[in-house]
Amino acid sequence: MTGLTDPASAAPAILPLGLEGLVFAAGGKTLIKGITATLSAGSRSIVLGPNGAGKTLLLRLCHGLIRPTGGRIVWKGAAGADPALRQAMVFQRPVMLRRSVAANVDYALRLRDLARADRQQRIEDVLTATGLRRFATQPARLLSVGEQQKLALARAWALRPDVLFLDEPTASLDPAATRAVEEIILRIDAGGTKIIMSTHDLAQARRLANEVLFLHRGRLCEQTPAPVFFTAPRTAEAGYFLEGKLFPQLRRINP
Amino acid sequence: MSDLADAFAAAAMLIWSLDQDLVGIVLLSLRVTLTAMAIAAVIGLPLGGALAVFRFPGRSAILITINALMGLPPVVVGLIVYLVLSRAGPLGALGLLFTPAAMILAQAVLITPIIAALSCQTISGLWEEYREQLQSFAARRGDALATLLWEGRIALLTALLAGFGRASAEVGAVMIVGGNIDHVTRVMTTTIALETSKGNLSLALGLGIILISLAMGVAGGTYALKLAAERQRSA
Repeated sequence: MTGLTDPASAAPAILPLGLEGLVFAAGGKTLIKGITATLSAGSRSIVLGPNGAGKTLLLRLCHGLIRPTGGRIVWKGAAGADPALRQAMVFQRPVMLRRSVAANVDYALRLRDLARADRQQRIEDVLTATGLRRFATQPARLLSVGEQQKLALARAWALRPDVLFLDEPTASLDPAATRAVEEIILRIDAGGTKIIMSTHDLAQARRLANEVLFLHRGRLCEQTPAPVFFTAPRTAEAGYFLEGKLFPQLRRINP
Repeated sequence: MSDLADAFAAAAMLIWSLDQDLVGIVLLSLRVTLTAMAIAAVIGLPLGGALAVFRFPGRSAILITINALMGLPPVVVGLIVYLVLSRAGPLGALGLLFTPAAMILAQAVLITPIIAALSCQTISGLWEEYREQLQSFAARRGDALATLLWEGRIALLTALLAGFGRASAEVGAVMIVGGNIDHVTRVMTTTIALETSKGNLSLALGLGIILISLAMGVAGGTYALKLAAERQRSA
């Protein structure tokens, strides 16, 4: 298990991640409305908010899958290193390549030009740690959705990223699979990888968050340490969300 | 009516006895069409994939052209290849006209657009599905293209079969550039055309039966591949 506890390399992490006035607009609508925040290493950041708040969009912007139409994303610790090679993402619906479980992990590792022996060791480590080792030679697409999501986590974990983005990774899973996925996330976190995860599931946010970024209609309402957020949120929007109420339309502030 | 029945009986006899002329013609046809398909695959698969994955100026123009070329009349392909290979043409010095190589070239020209267009369709669908995941892995576009060609291998085989079907059935192009020379460039379709006009129905019918069986085989193979691809997708 030696391979799992030590993130990317001896090089310092690309964190902190700075968002500077981040804006994303598409089809005449502004979906992310000027988000400024700093995300630092050493804590699990949960992006929380109702459906359509812009959680997925924010994660995709941070991960570089789409370009912001305004503002900047700065990896403050990158120091010349390519940040794209030091981060990974697990999507809501796992995307499995049409090959075996082990080959799926190997594929991601080969893109990073790692030596064969190193790849073999990492595959062995992550498949063992996620309980997928017995499926190693099976076609990945024959796994259940829960197991596929575990494999997506294993694949990301094997890359030993500085930052792991997770976009509602348990949204389509049953409670048992959800629990298993959360346990894996905690172990990846313990290995030194920064976790940035979106969810609309309050219970899950309570279980996993060190800090909460609460999003509402494309705005970052607050970035608050978890214990404070769940007892005394700073904004009315978060208060309503925690009580399970709809935010009143009257209060709507037009952009 | 009995003439027709006699012709059928004679045709069956030719196939059953593996008549030398007939076997020679069938083997030449397969050699020409399979080689043309291989060449068209080497060009058409990466071209179609690249059109699906890369965005560049002129991409739409190429796509429209390829789609238009899918319906290219074989005789026109034959004419163009004839002009290119004829003594006065740009490749005249190679002396390829009226050889199997000329027929391979003509059929490859004919089916490359088909294979490119069909593989572009297949790869576009896969790209949609894999795009963000591959981007997340920091895969370069070239790596992504190679990955998608492999991921779509079964669906792409059906594109190759479509090309094979079209090439094996066409007569105009190989007739013009091959010249239908006995034992040299005579393939199934050109033989059928010639023998029918000569009234030698048994050989024409024998070859016709083989061509139809081949087409059935291709259709069956395509169907089986589609089933396999669907099973893979849903799995």
